[in-house]
Amino acid sequence: MRTFKIGGIHPNDAKLSAGVAIEVMPLPLQVSIPVAQHIGAPATVVVAKGDKVKAGTLIAQATGFVSANVHSSVSGTVAKIDNEPDASGNRRQVVVIDVEGDEWEENVDLKGDFKRTFNLSSEEIIAKIKDAGIVGMGGATFPTHVKLMPPPGKVAEVLIINAVECEPYLTSDHALMLEHADEVLIGVQLLMRAAKVNRAMIGIENNKKDAIKLLQEKASKLIGIEICPLRMKYPQGSEKQLIDALIGRQVPSGALPIEVGAIVQNVGTAYAVYETIVKNKPLVERIVTVTGQSLAQPKNVLVRIGTPMSALIAFAGGMPENTGKVIAGGPMMGRAVVNVDAPIQKGSSGILLMPEALSERVEMDNCIRCGKCVSVCCMGLQPYLLMNLVEKKMWQEAEQEAVYDCLECGSCSFTCPAHRPLLDYIRYGKSTVMRIMRERSAKK
Amino acid sequence: MDNLLKVAPSPHVHSGDSVAKNMVRVIVALLPAYAVALYSFGVGALVVSLTAMASCVLFEYLIQRFLLKGKCTINNYSALLTGLLLSFNLPSNLPWWIVVIGSAVAIGIGKMCFGGLGNNPFNPALVGRVFLLFSFPVQMTTWPRPLGWASSYLDAETMATPLSLIKGGKLNELPDVLNMFLANTPGSLGEISALALLVGGIYLLATKVITWHIPVSILLTVAAFSAILYGIDPTVYPLPHVYLLSGGMMLGAIFMATDYVTSPMTHRGMLIYGFFIGIITMIIRVWGVYPEGMSFAILIMNAFTPIINKYVKPKRFGRVTKK
Repeated sequence: MRTFKIGGIHPNDAKLSAGVAIEVMPLPLQVSIPVAQHIGAPATVVVAKGDKVKAGTLIAQATGFVSANVHSSVSGTVAKIDNEPDASGNRRQVVVIDVEGDEWEENVDLKGDFKRTFNLSSEEIIAKIKDAGIVGMGGATFPTHVKLMPPPGKVAEVLIINAVECEPYLTSDHALMLEHADEVLIGVQLLMRAAKVNRAMIGIENNKKDAIKLLQEKASKLIGIEICPLRMKYPQGSEKQLIDALIGRQVPSGALPIEVGAIVQNVGTAYAVYETIVKNKPLVERIVTVTGQSLAQPKNVLVRIGTPMSALIAFAGGMPENTGKVIAGGPMMGRAVVNVDAPIQKGSSGILLMPEALSERVEMDNCIRCGKCVSVCCMGLQPYLLMNLVEKKMWQEAEQEAVYDCLECGSCSFTCPAHRPLLDYIRYGKSTVMRIMRERSAKK
Repeated sequence: MDNLLKVAPSPHVHSGDSVAKNMVRVIVALLPAYAVALYSFGVGALVVSLTAMASCVLFEYLIQRFLLKGKCTINNYSALLTGLLLSFNLPSNLPWWIVVIGSAVAIGIGKMCFGGLGNNPFNPALVGRVFLLFSFPVQMTTWPRPLGWASSYLDAETMATPLSLIKGGKLNELPDVLNMFLANTPGSLGEISALALLVGGIYLLATKVITWHIPVSILLTVAAFSAILYGIDPTVYPLPHVYLLSGGMMLGAIFMATDYVTSPMTHRGMLIYGFFIGIITMIIRVWGVYPEGMSFAILIMNAFTPIINKYVKPKRFGRVTKK
């Protein structure tokens, strides 16, 4: 079975909510929708306090090429437009809407008859995706329409669908594939047409055998879609590692996947594309895994964007007594949450509640030079060396050692027997070195 | 929300591995060979090994407490392991006070004066052993005959090792393969049973404490080197298996050369390191003054480890693009 070649680890996958049916979250009383839920320029607010909006109403317009529209996820009245603390505690602009009923924009066809054939051109599909504010649903939140338009001179050969879900605990993509396999596959066909490729590969890790089987059955009737089971290894869901695993090409340092002829989209994104094209529904809701060892009911929940995380936790049985840490995303790359009332965003794949006992780090020892960090690094870097260089602020040497290539997957810190915070230092070094590199190229 | 939430950068989970766990795994891997040592050399093996372990732990504790004034580090079991490994490299009829001196050198000079575990450039147990070899050449090169549990300690009957037989040109007196494999030859305490050491090595590989690179590259190099010698003159040089199964070859290749701190970080570096250990060992064994060269070879290559680490980098992702 295929997998990527360099490094990787095998954390306990702890998929507590695997196979749990998707539940629809009741509407909250109020939603708070950030205008910057994507990589790129924040969208510009186009509503004002007191405006009536419906679910699907545009509330913030994309500014610039790399940006994305933001729509209201509920019907109601705009209560305020303000800066509120996000999950990390940084104040960001949000549109707060008081929920009144559940009315959708007229052109949204919620029933949306199941359709298989479309006579849309690539440009028309991309335009609709752009209007709907679709971004990468795996967490990177790169605007999807940008990814589908390769720069001049580059040609896409294959569309890769990322259904790896290699982060422990998370099961939202798995649940989506089990319950909406047909829709996902149509979404994939639409993305293939948009990207002008006639081949798509859906990469799924082998711990989701039921999803692999179901999709294989359904895709066998379709032309050009290949379901590719992958041997479990973290971080296989990383774009570069997934491309390596599936087509054996390594994206060069600093380049985009299109350099090797690939376009990578998340499986959740494919579903969002289906919803947009068939139902005219912009991206206003997503599936979120709420999980944790002490949580009463780990589950997969369909939730409107802007719903507070705390409401979602309450829906899953409430915050357990022993919670020490709340993580937005998975345990390997997710962010520890400062403000549990922060809203669910387009890129929120999960909420993980860690018990107190697992929330504290162990005191570090001397590096025993075991080399385990070197053998697990999926980018072929030397984490122990980078940490030493960053400690001594040897930025030039850190640049030579390609600190900027780090994906921040955390395999090194995960593995280190001496519990050294390798990634903390590497992250600091990476941001500093990249700043120095930007300043240097600006001078030229 | 009554209790405050903790915040830290990712990753939020850890493999659960620790320095102590790795040390314990190596100690467990040494147990078969230890059992063979006790069975073959009796009370001498017990006295030497316990003295070495106790004094290594004690010296590390005292140095850390009164000289370095740092956190107590004996609970990571590395001093215990150093003691056990040191005793494995000593003859079982060595007077206990020499063992204590060796332990003091191993821990004090080999390890703590560089700042403790992780900072030592040379394998501490081998530093201790080589110091004793130079200081007490007679006691360090008289090996007792493995006579079983009833063997006596200081006045044990001694016998030439296979390597000294080769050196002396007495190829016809060499023990047969099975005896060398199963421990029926004289030698240092822990090195006599290739079988027991291999069992430990397989355990280390299975628990991913070590990778195959260092042992395999050392053993292959030695096998190839000695095969060439045998091809040149079978009357002077024995078959390759004699070199592979005798002296500290297995102990060195599996346990001493794979010491984390003093061996290279990358797999390619490990192969280079192992290759040169094999070459240097064979050069000393064949043309040197000493019958055995494993300790010297490992220490010499320990000195080259930083250079190997500097020049032998892992293969970076995306460096070579296949189109």
